Amino acid sequence: MSEAINVLEIQNVTKRFGNLVAVRDISLQVAKGEMCAIIGPNGAGKTTFFNLISGFFPPTSGTIKFDGHDITKLATHQRVIRGMARTFQITEIFPELTVFENVRTAAEVAAGYRLRPWVNRAEAAQIHQRVEATLKLVSLEAKADRLVGELSHGDQRASEIAMALALQPHLLLLDEPTAGMGDQETYQITQLIHRLHRDSNYTIVLIEHDMRVVFHLADRICVLDQGRMLAQGTPKEIAANETVQAAYLGNAA
Amino acid sequence: MSSAQTRNLIVLAGIWAVLLLAPYWMAPLGGYTALATRVLVLGLAAMSLNFLLGFTGVLSFGHAAWFGLGAYGAGLTLKFLALSTPLALVAGILLGGICGGLLGLLIVRRRGVYFAMVTIAFGQVFYYIAFQWSSLTGGDDGLRGFSRQPLDFGLFKIDILSEPNNFYYFVLFCFALAVGIMGFVLRSPFGRTMIAIRENERRSRFLGIPVERHIWIAFTMSCFFMGFAGALYALVNNFADPRGLHYSQSGDFVMMAVMGGMRSFWGPLLGAAVFVVLQDYLSSITVNWMSFVGLLFVLVVLFFPRGLLGFLQRSRA
Repeated sequence: MSEAINVLEIQNVTKRFGNLVAVRDISLQVAKGEMCAIIGPNGAGKTTFFNLISGFFPPTSGTIKFDGHDITKLATHQRVIRGMARTFQITEIFPELTVFENVRTAAEVAAGYRLRPWVNRAEAAQIHQRVEATLKLVSLEAKADRLVGELSHGDQRASEIAMALALQPHLLLLDEPTAGMGDQETYQITQLIHRLHRDSNYTIVLIEHDMRVVFHLADRICVLDQGRMLAQGTPKEIAANETVQAAYLGNAA
Repeated sequence: MSSAQTRNLIVLAGIWAVLLLAPYWMAPLGGYTALATRVLVLGLAAMSLNFLLGFTGVLSFGHAAWFGLGAYGAGLTLKFLALSTPLALVAGILLGGICGGLLGLLIVRRRGVYFAMVTIAFGQVFYYIAFQWSSLTGGDDGLRGFSRQPLDFGLFKIDILSEPNNFYYFVLFCFALAVGIMGFVLRSPFGRTMIAIRENERRSRFLGIPVERHIWIAFTMSCFFMGFAGALYALVNNFADPRGLHYSQSGDFVMMAVMGGMRSFWGPLLGAAVFVVLQDYLSSITVNWMSFVGLLFVLVVLFFPRGLLGFLQRSRA
């Protein structure tokens, strides 16, 4: 409880797969309201690191604290219930349901209704309201009745983010939100994430390849390389860091 | 939106009208009431299976076990415990549902082919128990020596043994009860988590749904409905057959569901109707009736991948 509470506190986390050390002794703190970007070349362990945070598999060693509680051993759904939401590099949605139904499922689970045999009118109205507000936030309100599977890639991405937002998370994990997007779509998603961070004050950790996006959005950048934390700091510090230049930014620029 | 709702209501009213009037329109078409009763019972079984298959996306290939256990539960109750039709039904529902639920605990972590294989294996265990335990179950000959009892309401009795129409309406009442509960569950927040799991298990998990627990609940409910269908089937035949637990019977139920359309609520009932009527008609002509049903199944799967009802819905839209 000293000073500002960190939403996420990761201490000396390591993940081995047999002989391969995918994530090696990484520590990271994310403060409330902060936007932290994780970058690094392919195979640097970024997605493995995300999987450890969201409970896809347990770490080999190290601890993960969320809102001050140790969640290292919790299952994925328990972390979600505590307020951690995640999107994936390859969009994970319910393709044969409408945008509205996709987001409603999230809202109902977040409201604790998942085992309910019914909801009363007031509860249903509240869910309805929350879904509509969420859709408005991601500018999908006009497409609420469309099947998600029939939307453009960018809109599917926005739907997935809407589902994450409907969970009313304390922490939003975005895995390459602009992957596979054209310039126009990338711009729109970047604007959306920017709004979520600046206006709605979400705490966000994102993995991103597009350096324009990263340097535009992030308060702090963490550079992973071969499973290690190469450097972390403000965009300015990272841009000036020579090790990072050599390892990564140099050949990207 | 509202026009779609109106159309759904009309379709629903049509389905219930057809079912309510079945004893009257079947006879002129060359059918008979007992055939309609069989369609209802096997239709309920196929819909119970489809509750899991079509709406949770989990394929059980051993559901005949819970069907057969329901039949034995009802038969044994009537033969040894109490001469009461409602009690026999309750016993069948409980036997099928509880056994299914307990075994479900062991298998809900399996997926896809592995899940199907394990359900076959467990189903066969129950088949061999029924087959071998002759002193209780009658073994290969099946369980005989019981019959459904009149419904006793105190003031009056309803004869469902010798009056086929009375029995049909009794079965229709049971069918409506079970199907009503199914429809209600599927429209609930819980039902929506089932569909979410069918659509995308990983996304469901990352929305905070404990997927295994929800699959188990859906599986167990499906087993209870299956036990209900099995218990009714014992009443239809006044007989319980070990082959009712066999995996080939499970295969028949899967066929009915897929043929009728597993993404639609009523599809499996249509599938069961086609299956039962064809069986009734063809088996009087040839002992190889199954090859014709099989051929039809193949044609449906090839040309109407969404099943007969799925095709009808598509072409109307």
